[in-house]
Amino acid sequence: MIKTDILIIGAGPTGLFAVFEAGLLKLKCHIIDALPQPGGQLAELYPKKPIYDIPGFPEVLAGDLVDNLMEQIKSFQPGFTLGEKAETIEKLEDGSFIVSTDAGTKHHAPIIAIAGGLGSFEPRKPKIDNLAYFEKKGVEYMIKDPEKFRNQSVVIAGGGDSALDWSIFLADVASEVTLVHRRNEFRGALESVDRVKELKDMGKIKLITPAEIVNLKGEDHLNSVIIRKNNNPQEDFELPTDYFIPLFGLSPKLGPIANWGLEIEKNAIKVDNTLDYQTNIPGIYAIGDVNTYPGKLKLILCGFHEATLMCQSAFQKIHPEKRYVMKYTTVGGVTGFDGTKKEAPKAVVKSID
Amino acid sequence: MDVILTIIDRDGVEHRVEAPTDMAMNLMEVVRSYELAPEGTIGVCGGMAMCASCQCYVKSNHELPEKSDDEEAMLSEAFNVEEDSRLGCQIHITESLEGLVVELAPEE
Repeated sequence: MIKTDILIIGAGPTGLFAVFEAGLLKLKCHIIDALPQPGGQLAELYPKKPIYDIPGFPEVLAGDLVDNLMEQIKSFQPGFTLGEKAETIEKLEDGSFIVSTDAGTKHHAPIIAIAGGLGSFEPRKPKIDNLAYFEKKGVEYMIKDPEKFRNQSVVIAGGGDSALDWSIFLADVASEVTLVHRRNEFRGALESVDRVKELKDMGKIKLITPAEIVNLKGEDHLNSVIIRKNNNPQEDFELPTDYFIPLFGLSPKLGPIANWGLEIEKNAIKVDNTLDYQTNIPGIYAIGDVNTYPGKLKLILCGFHEATLMCQSAFQKIHPEKRYVMKYTTVGGVTGFDGTKKEAPKAVVKSID
Repeated sequence: MDVILTIIDRDGVEHRVEAPTDMAMNLMEVVRSYELAPEGTIGVCGGMAMCASCQCYVKSNHELPEKSDDEEAMLSEAFNVEEDSRLGCQIHITESLEGLVVELAPEE
């Protein structure tokens, strides 16, 4: 069981900054995120895109903002449960919560801060009638253990970075790699596109474009896929394969959090914006893009503000007996849980002769 | 100046709406501003042509600006794509859109 003061769900900018504000109050944080890396949308969707409305940064790349936040919170030593989705919540008699992930990891905390953005990222599934039937029977949406595909034949569909990168990787692992895409053009890093072309010329990747998978065949396990070339049913053909891996990117879904008994409006969690961004369940807060209130704006800078107020409220809840006055970091410095201390250099007091 | 657009929502209901040409708006934003699709089901990526939640079918004969590479690439990976599919976020509201008729594609 992982124990912490504030359990944050979502490692996007709002969740990460909450660690900093909590740290100033000597509260420890642990973050759960369904993605394998911190940063949320910024890391997953647009790491190379500039953001222009972060106060004090005329321009910052989304990926750099994440790196900066990670650096800023480092001394507060947040724990991470990455690649797992928060699934169930249980309220204990003392008012604290246990949150379990889809992988069974349990977290215990008196305060929950949902900073889930648009939700957890789930694979986009192509519209193929019997796709669901073959899930885990030859159809995979994510590659967790590449060894599974050793000496197996694999058909990958998609035209983005993940389709390109996994085709390249599996070319050395699988017995056969076929990459199917609806267009002749791929959207990805230049070196990935070039590498796929090289591997194609070497005969290590079979490229079929423009084409798409329209049907799956097999009984207990996938045996083959039906590929339609040029959008023309006359050109349909069957290709035997052990695995079919559709890689059409990820799309966010609110997911299991929607069933936690929280008040939901417009696909977001209603919170009290007059005070502390608490939800209808005391002890559970929602901050950043995942919440809604009158006048809500889904901006990173608003998420930072919400995280800050949420931490103050969380402190009061955890330490109802303590008096507290907010201290400026310029005055109090930043003392990490790792023993480091950052503070403003003392001014020299010296007479001039 | 405003233009009048007809937007057919995901339930098949037609809406005639006024869209401003001087607010740097795109079609996805117009749909959101009139709440013709539930929040969170349209414009998920914010308008970067990185999701297809604002996909729509252009039903009138308006000549629209060519698709950018980004839009083309996204549509090539989207589902329910038809010949007349466009991403709403990539269609900027200009005077030439007067009378445009679009239908929102189903939610993925």
